[in-house]
This record gives sequence, structure tokens and C-alpha cells, in this order.
Amino acid sequence: MGKITNEELLAKINAKFGDQLTVVGEPFGLLTLETTRENISGILSWLKTEPSLQFIYLTDLTGIHYPENAGKEIGVIYHLHSLVNNVRIRIKVFLDEKDIHIPTATTLWDGANWMERETYDFFGVLFDGHPDLRRILNVDDMTAFPMRKEFPLEDPNRVDKKDYFFGR
Amino acid sequence: MQNHPVYTDNDPQNELSTLNLGPTHPATHGVFQNVLQLDGERIVSGVSTIGYIHRAFEKIAEHRPFYQITPLTDRLNYCSSPINNMGWHMTVEKLLGIQLPKRVDYLRIIIMELARISDHLICNSVLGVDTGATAGFFYLMEQRENIYEIYEEVCGSRLTTNIGRIGGFERNFNDIALRKIKKFVKEYPAVLREFETLLKRNRIFVDRTKGVAEVTAEQALSYSWSGPILRATGVDYDVRAMNPYCSYEDFDFEVPVGEKGDVYARFLVRNEEMWQSLRLIEQALTKLEKEPTDIFHADVPDFYLPPKEEVYNNMEALIYHFKIVMGEIPTPHTEVYHSVEGGNGELGFYLVNDGGRSPYRLHFRRPSFINYQMYASMSRGMLLSDAIINMSSLNVIAGELDA
Amino acid sequence: MIHLMSDIELVGAPAGVEGAGFFATSLDKAVGIARANSLWPLPFATSCCGIEFMATMSPHYDLARFGAERLSFSPRQADLLMVMGTISKKMGPVLRQVYLQMAEPRWVLAMGACASSGGIFDTYSVLQGIDEIIPVDVYIPGCPPRPEAVIDGFMQIQELVKTETLRRRDTPEYQKLLASYGIL
Repeated sequence: MGKITNEELLAKINAKFGDQLTVVGEPFGLLTLETTRENISGILSWLKTEPSLQFIYLTDLTGIHYPENAGKEIGVIYHLHSLVNNVRIRIKVFLDEKDIHIPTATTLWDGANWMERETYDFFGVLFDGHPDLRRILNVDDMTAFPMRKEFPLEDPNRVDKKDYFFGR
Repeated sequence: MQNHPVYTDNDPQNELSTLNLGPTHPATHGVFQNVLQLDGERIVSGVSTIGYIHRAFEKIAEHRPFYQITPLTDRLNYCSSPINNMGWHMTVEKLLGIQLPKRVDYLRIIIMELARISDHLICNSVLGVDTGATAGFFYLMEQRENIYEIYEEVCGSRLTTNIGRIGGFERNFNDIALRKIKKFVKEYPAVLREFETLLKRNRIFVDRTKGVAEVTAEQALSYSWSGPILRATGVDYDVRAMNPYCSYEDFDFEVPVGEKGDVYARFLVRNEEMWQSLRLIEQALTKLEKEPTDIFHADVPDFYLPPKEEVYNNMEALIYHFKIVMGEIPTPHTEVYHSVEGGNGELGFYLVNDGGRSPYRLHFRRPSFINYQMYASMSRGMLLSDAIINMSSLNVIAGELDA
Repeated sequence: MIHLMSDIELVGAPAGVEGAGFFATSLDKAVGIARANSLWPLPFATSCCGIEFMATMSPHYDLARFGAERLSFSPRQADLLMVMGTISKKMGPVLRQVYLQMAEPRWVLAMGACASSGGIFDTYSVLQGIDEIIPVDVYIPGCPPRPEAVIDGFMQIQELVKTETLRRRDTPEYQKLLASYGIL
């Protein structure tokens, strides 16, 4: 497996950022941390540039919507991978629906560009400092954010799917 | 039409021409658009637009039980759907803590490597077509028919296979399937060698592809590239070797790595990967002979449907069938990320579960989507014909691009 | 032994009056046969059905036997618009534009479940069948349809082409159909 265990990794991170993040857990061996949007840039850039860690690979950047968590509805989730040490880490940031800004990761990884556009398109997360934040997968003039839980899956304008026949 | 930004402020004299390499174009293998600004034949700038086949997979997945998401994963990278299916099954098995018998792992490896061969053969032969060599395409598509016949024997379908179940396979590989696999392994090397003689040292092909679209390893890693195109730049990151799954650690294979990252290197890396896949299938066939021949799924009655004869005759099987189909079986309330080496790179599944029978959130980490980001900035300064070949060598599959 | 006649079937002659050095039939039958066996398809391939179409064009199933040898990617020169794969709402205007650019006589073939009715993707972003925006002649169900099914659908198009009157575009039914789609 990895050359660094999760305990060592957590110890190093805590030594530098002890009070800025909380440990959510280690589901299936992947260390999961949670932090706030003020600290995320510092943490990500330290993880990328720290010579003993070298999390140079941004595996994934996505969002999630928990409508019941008042004040922390929208989450942005980063998956990082250190190829040299073969260890992965997951970092979550939760944002309030009404104030949904977070600094961009495109200054660290070019690959975050389209990943952030996709997260904006689906959840409405505004990435401050993104060079070109506009919709990527949906039609450009769409106003709603489809992956939020309140948005329906099916097209509401369909006239041929009668509820009567489908038992609704 | 769509309001996409086109850079017109860099052209006050209006000397550059705008070319819409539109969603429908014979050379773009799939529906994505590039609005290019050209100075003669040279590209000055480009803007990519995707989403022309956005089918909202992630939204659909929140409304379907786990076993109904497999047909969705088929349609991600539809040139190698078994890899997507197996990756999804492994994600759910990781979540549920299901351990598979070795024989199931070996059968899965055979199917996944066959899918990898079929994906790479489309990409390489279509790269030949884009440079003008159509003969190789017809030779290799015939081999894809042989692979289709193997899939049909196992799961019934040719292209979008929905192969396997959570916990194993739906039916055992019968003698015909194993015979076809052995025949394929025996006959394919000759065809691949013939295809190599057409293109690998062909003066025209080498001149067209060598030195085109060189990418350094730092650039590729910064753009989160993965798969054969990353390995062509010199980084030996293969999920099968780094985070082995499905008993890949028991097998002996090499990860081919290129040097310059140009189109020729990508062609050679994919070609060599086909040879390594054949090697893996041969090893799996040898290992299969030592395993008992009747195991094709794990013993998890909670998640694997019992056979129909037992459902009609046995009370316990009937109850399990009911519970599985109606979703009465609780699942862990946690999250998991699992990735497999797809045809184009690291295909990841991020599953957040809330204990019910559908995921709370399922995100597909799609390699084509992430690989394609760099295309617009890579094409700057390239000749148009080189940009077309660059696009083919990235092997962007529209289903995986837009999901 | 030399076989003078091979067992490959060629297109038969239509019903007509034959004599020494002449063959008389009606013009629309002759034109119909000519059109049906030399259709130039436009493969509008968007997703998985496109790969099955590639398999149909390959030597194993070979759609070229039916005269569809020359694929035209330009709608100006195509007869048959084969829509293969899911059409999303973003792609809808593009498809309509391509259809409008085709010259009469033109036919449309919807291949696969997604083109016929939206398929398994009953979502906000997918057009539930291309017949919401363009008129369709033949639907081929399947996900994806087997190459044999594609050939069967193509042969049905050939039947339609053979039995069409010379100037379908002037008939009132056709005009009404196009008007219902907003195509003048």
C-alpha cells in the first residue's frame, strides 16, 4: 500500500493546521477531513507543495447537497492523490446556500477548471478567481441548478406521461 | 444557437477566420464543439463547448437502486462498457464489504481486458482513418465482432453489456464462451501484428503523428490526465498497478510508458497495452484451470438474487428475492470512492450512501471529461490537421465526456 | 465447372412492358428503384448507437451492399438522416438545423430507443424522441439495436423510397406534417 500511513499523514497535517480542520473519519481507508472555505486554499497548497507529501494530483472535485443541514447545505469535496507516496485524501468544505463562495483551485491545478465549472453548473457553487465560470454541461440559459435535491429529475413539460397509468 | 465566447478582441483587422468544428463533424468522434480561430491553417485560439449529450446520469442514479445503475454505467464509455460495469460493481461491493472468490476475479479480469482491447483497437484504427488509412479500421472492427460474440455468450448483449451482478456474474461462463475466448487469444496476435505492419513504421503515419502535440509530464499531471495519454508522457500511473483491485496483484504485466507524449507515443502505448491485455487474459485462463468450475458469484444472499427455481420452491429464497427487489435490506450509511483503470484512464465512482436502496449521491470521475480540458489550450499554434489527429488520439468518448 | 451466374441477388426490374430493345415502365417506379438503391445516408451519430452503426458499416454486416456506400456528412448532399443516439435539448437546435439544410427528397431514420422516445433517459436534459422537432419516417427500437435490426430499418426506408410518388413534397399531407413542426 502507501509509503505513508494515514496516522502519519494526519499527524503531519495536524502539526501544521491543527485547529483549522476536523477529522471526519477514514471510510474504507481514505482519510477524510473537513475544513472551512477560509482555510481550504492554504491546506490544498501546503498538501501540494510539501516535499514529504506531494499531493500533486487532483483526482476529483465535486459537490453535494444536504438540504437538511441548515447553514451547511452545499458541500465541495476534493479528492487528492499523492503518486509518489501512493496515498489519497478527501477534503470536504461545507457552504451556506445563501453565501456560496469558495476560492478556486485552478491556481494550483489546471485540471480543476472544468471540474469547478461542472460543480457550478450542478450546484451553483461560485468559485472566486475562476478564469471562466460558466455552465458546461447544461444549456447556457438554464437558471436552476439541477443536481440540487429540489430539482425534479423528469422534464415537467411532458404531456404524454399520464400519472393515472403510472400509478401516481 | 448557443452563446459561446469567441475571442474577437484579438483581431481588430478581421484577418482571422472562425471555423466551427461543430457538434456534428465526421472527425470529432462524438458530439462536442470547438470554435476555432484560424490564421490560414494555423489555430490561433479555440473554445470548447460540451454538453451536447448530457443525459444527467448522476441525477438519474439518485433515483435508482444499485443494480439498476449498472445499465447507466454501460453508457459512460460505451466502447468498453464492461470495465464501467465492473468498476461500479466493485464500488458497491466495497461499500457492502463483499469478498469475491478468486474465480470471479479472474473471470472479471478476462472480461475487463477484452473490453480494454476493444476500446484501444477502436482508438488506434480510427487514428489511422483520420490520417487517411482506412484499411486498418476494417481489419480491426472485424476483431471487435469476435469480442462482441464473447460478450453475447456471457451476458446476451453486444455493446452495452450490463455484464455481471453485484457479487459476481449472472451466469457461469459456459464452454462456448471459454472456447471463444481461447480462440480469440490465439487468433488476435496475428491480426494485431498485421495492423502494426500497416501503421507502426509507415513513413506517412510516423511523419503525421511524431512530434505532434507533445505534452510534458508536469503539464499532464497538472491537468489531472490519466490513462494511456498520461503514460505516453512518461508517468507510469496505472490504477491496476498502484491501487490493485480484483486480484490484479496476482498477475504479471507491464505498464508501457512513452517519452514525449506526442500522438505517436499515445498510439504506441495503446498498442503495447493491447499486447499486455492479451498476456493478462492468457494468465487468467491458466489460473482458471486451477479453480473449481462452478463458482461464479459470492455467497451473499442479501444482495445477489437467488436462482428462480429456488425462489419458486424455497421460502427463504423467496424472502430474499422480495427483500432485494423491494430494497428492504439496509446498507451502510457511509461514503466510498473506488477507481478502476478504464480505457481512457482512472474511472472513479464516488458513492455517498444514506442507508437506502439508492445512492444519496453518485459522482462519476470521468477520464474523458478531465482529459479533454486541455484540448483548447493545446491546439493553440497547431495546424488544423494536427489538431484533428490530436483529438482522435485523446480518445474522447462523448458518453463519458458529458455523462 | 464455371458458374456463370453468381448467387448474389441484384435489384430486380419493376413491372413493365418488355420488348425487343425496349423496356417501358412508369417513371416513378424507375426513379424509385434508383433512389432506393443509392441512398446517401448522413450518419448523425451521437452515442452508443453510433458504434453499432460503425459495426453495421463494417465488413461483417456491411450496409454498403444496400447502396449506402457513400456516407455524406454534409446535409446538403445527403438523402437519409440517420439519427443514432440520444439527442439532448442542447443538441436539438443543431439537429433541426441539419434537417432543414437537407434538400428534398429527404427521409429520417431514428435508430435506437433514445432517438425514438428518449430511451432510458427520462430526464430534464434529454429530448424525449426526435419526433418532437423533426418528422421521422422509420423508427428502429433497441438499445442499441442489433446490426440486423438496423439493416431491417434501412430496408423499410428503401420500401418507402421506392413507393413514394415523384414529388412527395407537393402533397397536402406532407405539407401539413411539416407545418405542424414549424418547417415551411
